[in-house]
Amino acid sequence: MTTITTTDLAAAVEDAAAYLYVWALKDIPQDLRDALADAATKETSVPGQRVLQTILKNVQIADNDKNLVCQDTGIAVYTCRVGEHFPLHPTRIYAALKTGTERATIEHPLRSNAVHTITRENTGPNTGYRLPIVHWEFIPDWDGLDVKCVPKGSGSENMSFLKMCIPADGVKGIKQFVLESIVGAGGKPCPPGIVGVGIGGSADYAMYLAKEAIARPIGTRNPDPHVAKLEDELFELLNETGIGPMGLGGDVTVLQCHIEHADTHMTLNPVAVNYQCWAARRATAHVAADGEVEYDREF
Amino acid sequence: MTESSKRLTFPASEDAIRELRAGDEVLVDGHIIGIRDRTQIRIFDQGVEPPLDLNGAFLLHTAPGVRKVGEGRYEKVCIGTTTSARMVRFTEPLGRDHGVRAICGKGGLPDEAIEPMRKYGMVYFAIVGGAAALETTQIEEIEEVYWEELMPECLWKFRVKDFGPLTVGIDAHGNSLFHDVQTQAQEKLKELFARL
Repeated sequence: MTTITTTDLAAAVEDAAAYLYVWALKDIPQDLRDALADAATKETSVPGQRVLQTILKNVQIADNDKNLVCQDTGIAVYTCRVGEHFPLHPTRIYAALKTGTERATIEHPLRSNAVHTITRENTGPNTGYRLPIVHWEFIPDWDGLDVKCVPKGSGSENMSFLKMCIPADGVKGIKQFVLESIVGAGGKPCPPGIVGVGIGGSADYAMYLAKEAIARPIGTRNPDPHVAKLEDELFELLNETGIGPMGLGGDVTVLQCHIEHADTHMTLNPVAVNYQCWAARRATAHVAADGEVEYDREF
Repeated sequence: MTESSKRLTFPASEDAIRELRAGDEVLVDGHIIGIRDRTQIRIFDQGVEPPLDLNGAFLLHTAPGVRKVGEGRYEKVCIGTTTSARMVRFTEPLGRDHGVRAICGKGGLPDEAIEPMRKYGMVYFAIVGGAAALETTQIEEIEEVYWEELMPECLWKFRVKDFGPLTVGIDAHGNSLFHDVQTQAQEKLKELFARL
């Protein structure tokens, strides 16, 4: 292994974060492009078809003009998978992600969305107290770092719902809550998007899992067959609601339903819903222990 | 644009607005005003008169991404549209006190917007949320900016061409696509729940 200083490695992570944030906003992933094109072949309503054709045209224009797909630069959410032997401590990784987010915002420039939650004063370049948000996972016997940037728009984030179902509600209760949440959200979260569902764990952890679920590549399935079955069933049910693209009515209400789960208390049955809009932006990088960065390595 | 789409130039008259029907596809030219949560909180909750005439206006729910190019001068980077439902309570005073003719945003307005729109002759235009790269090409210029201290939630005056496609979500005759879709979906939910 090459010996390098942590400053170099911190700079590599910072550069990666700055690049990922802008890249995610401009160039949506191929799995999403495919899902949107597929949706356009299925939609039969006139306003729904108008919406989907406009979305496809918009993605093309963003490519051609090298512009952002959506003006909402969101809140920067990162997922980090940190190898046990990665030679930069997570405190430094966090600092590098924060500086990278700031640099991207100033240099592009990107719209700055972050405000103090009480005073509503803008806190600066899309960072602030406890922003950006980072999900951490620690990997034994590994010396690498995977970073995923998911700029999360507010229109879809505002459509987040939690219910503490009881065990007697069972899977039926889970299905009912997801269905009524998505119908209630209507056109507000920019459908058709990804419905992320977190089940089990605790109240806070269920919502954390729902956010993990929206960040998965479209159509990936939970490895647990019980959960994968629920993903399939909910996907079918959600597309029977008729909400349609942008809530104007139609056949395609969601592109996918992803579920993440955790074991829970015998008395608990928490269900969290986190919506991701059709502009489901996501970009990934792998940072090797020697500071070399490889982009577009999905996880 | 399809052959069936209608064209409107803003500011517009009440007569032109009353000709529109829910479901119509519309393209817009002329001047539109960018407005958002904090802008309307300032006007209606803090009682500050807007610094420009909103009579006949088309209001766009937006907080644009811009680049500053001089004192009070901005050029577009990426301009798109936000969720309208948060701002529904401003619908009535916008029509009654300011003569606003159109509100444009994404995701729809709740049913409480239907009556003021019928009464004062206003429409809600549904734009495709998230399609900001396209929207940016339809905005020719940022002509004026007021209340810069609310950046990016200022009052913006844009000149637009072929702005859309927009769908009339709520017309001036008491019809709302959002109400209809929601009513049907609630009925469908009962059927789906029975099957679970």
